[in-house]
Amino acid sequence: MLLRHTTADVVEREGLTINPVKTCQPVGAMYAALGIHGCLPHSHGSQGCCAYHRSALTRHYKEPVMAGTSSFTEGASVFGGQANLLQAVNNIFTIYDPEIIAVHSTCLSETIGDDLNQILIKAQEDGKVPEGKSVISAPTPSYVGSHITGFSAMVEAMVKYLSINSGKSNGKVNLIPGWVEPCDMRQIKSIAKRMGVENILFPDTSDVLDAPLIGKHQMYPDGGVTKEELVSAGDSIFTIAMGSFASEQAAKLLNKKCNVDYEVLDIPVGIKATDRFIMKLSQTAGVEVPSDFKSERGRLVDVITDQEQYLHGKRVAIFGDPDQLIPLTEFLLDLNMEPVYVVSGTPGKYFEKRIKELFEQYGIDGKVKNGPQADMFLLHQWIKEQGVDLLIGNTYGKYIARDEDLPFLRYGFPIYDRVGHSYFTTLGYEGGLRIVEKILGLFHDRQDRDAPEERFELVM
Amino acid sequence: MDYIAARQGQILVKGKDNFNISCEKKSEAGSVSQRACVFCGSRVVLYPVADALHLVHGPIGCAVYTWDIRGALSSGPELHRNSFSTDLREKQVIYGGEKKLYESLIELIDRHEPKAAFVYSTCIIGIIGDDVNAVCKKVSQEKGIPVLPVHSEGFKGTKKDGYKAACEALFSLIGHGNIDNVSPVSINILGEFNLAGEAWMIQEYYKRMGVEVVAVMTGDGRVERIARSHGAVLNVVQCSGSMTYLAELMKEKYGIPYIRVSYFGIEDMAEALYDVAEHFSDYPEIRQKTEELVADELSELLPQLTAFRNDLEGKKAAIYVGGAFKAFSLIKALKHLGMTVVIAGSQTGNKKDYEMLQDLCEPGTIIVDDSNPLELSKFVKETGADLFIGGVKERPIAMKMGLGFVDHNHERKIALAGFKGMYNFAVEVHASVMSPIWNLRKEVL
Repeated sequence: MLLRHTTADVVEREGLTINPVKTCQPVGAMYAALGIHGCLPHSHGSQGCCAYHRSALTRHYKEPVMAGTSSFTEGASVFGGQANLLQAVNNIFTIYDPEIIAVHSTCLSETIGDDLNQILIKAQEDGKVPEGKSVISAPTPSYVGSHITGFSAMVEAMVKYLSINSGKSNGKVNLIPGWVEPCDMRQIKSIAKRMGVENILFPDTSDVLDAPLIGKHQMYPDGGVTKEELVSAGDSIFTIAMGSFASEQAAKLLNKKCNVDYEVLDIPVGIKATDRFIMKLSQTAGVEVPSDFKSERGRLVDVITDQEQYLHGKRVAIFGDPDQLIPLTEFLLDLNMEPVYVVSGTPGKYFEKRIKELFEQYGIDGKVKNGPQADMFLLHQWIKEQGVDLLIGNTYGKYIARDEDLPFLRYGFPIYDRVGHSYFTTLGYEGGLRIVEKILGLFHDRQDRDAPEERFELVM
Repeated sequence: MDYIAARQGQILVKGKDNFNISCEKKSEAGSVSQRACVFCGSRVVLYPVADALHLVHGPIGCAVYTWDIRGALSSGPELHRNSFSTDLREKQVIYGGEKKLYESLIELIDRHEPKAAFVYSTCIIGIIGDDVNAVCKKVSQEKGIPVLPVHSEGFKGTKKDGYKAACEALFSLIGHGNIDNVSPVSINILGEFNLAGEAWMIQEYYKRMGVEVVAVMTGDGRVERIARSHGAVLNVVQCSGSMTYLAELMKEKYGIPYIRVSYFGIEDMAEALYDVAEHFSDYPEIRQKTEELVADELSELLPQLTAFRNDLEGKKAAIYVGGAFKAFSLIKALKHLGMTVVIAGSQTGNKKDYEMLQDLCEPGTIIVDDSNPLELSKFVKETGADLFIGGVKERPIAMKMGLGFVDHNHERKIALAGFKGMYNFAVEVHASVMSPIWNLRKEVL
């Protein structure tokens, strides 16, 4: 009873957050920056922030995560961190030789008023940035937004500092995937490729945070969107931004700066969101949808209908990041399940609006909350009020799952206690099938576990 | 090798370089340092106190990254495994967070009735100037429990300064408990955090010797036990980097002497028991029991190690850990397995530590302070190490290079302390170094 501290009734809380369903902006900026080839993320703040973010990403991806830090001290906090950052830029290019340094701020450097943009301009003026190399930056104070908005800010910075409209179209479609796993990014590229759509995907952490073992440590693995591609994104014919929280800002800026039209879609989780994504690709690039997508989709629908009796009416509690939760909620509803509790720590009115629309559309009496005090304590209280059959969320859900004896599907960030999330995609029809397989496996395992002898059956 | 010029003095090769390693320096801005911050130091030391409330005052991140990531086991309460944060937002950064802190504390203390509360100040609190002391004092008076401010603003120094802040918080708990029934043969165990249940093993050894353990700080920690720890006759300090300061404070105020020990490896573990027996030399039966205990354990352990040694003889190991004290023990333990240490480094070692490291190592060993991945991977390549011992950030680097790895940090789930721990360590090292997977590293396609 690890969480016997959770009260059975929902208590009104003003300021306190208990067992959060979010973390702070800088870690998102760091993850996004790792999706640029040859990029060294840089944390402008105390050493601990950088260590924590690297550890968090390493625990989830089981990969080395490189990032520099301005190593703030008391002096820097009093006199400002400009000297530290200038020295850092100099040191990083001299020693680590990246193509790009992607600097993000922290609560400390924001509060003392360091202006990253101005400091980096000075670094360039002082000749600390070698020919052909770049520095970009995003303000990511940890008292605003969440890891998702931090990710968004760094993707936006890629556009702000690098994308240029040269007046000559490159005929490509920009794909902004949001905070998804390396395998998910690979899946999006693969779908586009199978459809014959030339694309620029950014950021792209495939082959960076799922790099192969080749017997040597690579400071900069082979993957990642290249600087040239980011520059060229200003010449693309269209942008598809997946997820309004993590991807819309960059698409908007690209439109404003380089005149590239865009549309915001959901991340392709489940049938409908994948349908919308594929149709949009087809329409944008003027290509036919290849028939194998139709069969792939048909197989997924077939499996769902085969197994419908195990899914219908099952109550689910889900928590995590907004861009994932919206299409996942929709998919669960299409599986005839009831996602009755939906919680995200990331603030933003759009989330609640979308989830409530889905509740209404499918006639579900559910609860949704995001932003301040939308945490696991609240989710647990809801579950205690009226139970669920399944819990979906990151590793930290395991306490609730244990206390309430619930089948638990790990999904989202972070996942510290299992492998597979960064290798087996949950996007597209193929990913939909994997989600269904996992859910069914949990239900069947539970049924086997709980069945009395005479009800323990071979054919279920 | 390209070093950051300023780091030259922090790396030396034994037998080749003839200078004192420079250390206890701030990391160069821009280095991919493996170090952490003041808050991290405080948090890891206090985290295992299981029946206290731990409230992180600041934006959400610091509370999340330290949420239940330390395998410090508790035999009872588990309040410490929750994450409580005042989750400061922009508004509080402008207008201050004292009100939010006060309300959060009151709410949590009312609901969970903890025995004490620790309030950690993060970077931003030092900047916006919340009077955390005043809030803690007020809540303490209203609720009648100790509410202790931990001044752990990240930028105020290194992890070591965080240890110091944690020691000060613990020190203010000490002295409030009743010590009438404390045995004249009693110790406190300092700097043992019960990773993988190690504190339980160590306590068991002392119990077998007839020595009472008053408090463990802070593994499987309880406020009440800490409060009566001034009743102990001797302080036994393991993780010296984090807890020597507290031992000094207790010596000064309560006259309790302390000894420094390590529970890792055969000699060090035995010594940790004999040194305590030595302290209680008025009770000869303790010495006798200690001899029996060590003989028993060794007669079981030593034959077990032989088989591993046959395979591991001549293999090379790289060590990069937080505190240098851990490195000393590792070097000795690896010798028992026939392995030589070719790289030895730490995040926070001091001059004395590095002298000691040099004494323990073979000529040609690279000794390094505050290293980074680029350096470490170069050293590994140069020395041809077969095994890396480190923590969470070193693991994937080692693995990518195709090295065996043993975790000697928070994330280890296997007890490495004591005689049993030495066996576990041998099993881990052997399994990792001898894995057939390393033969498949070469590309055949």
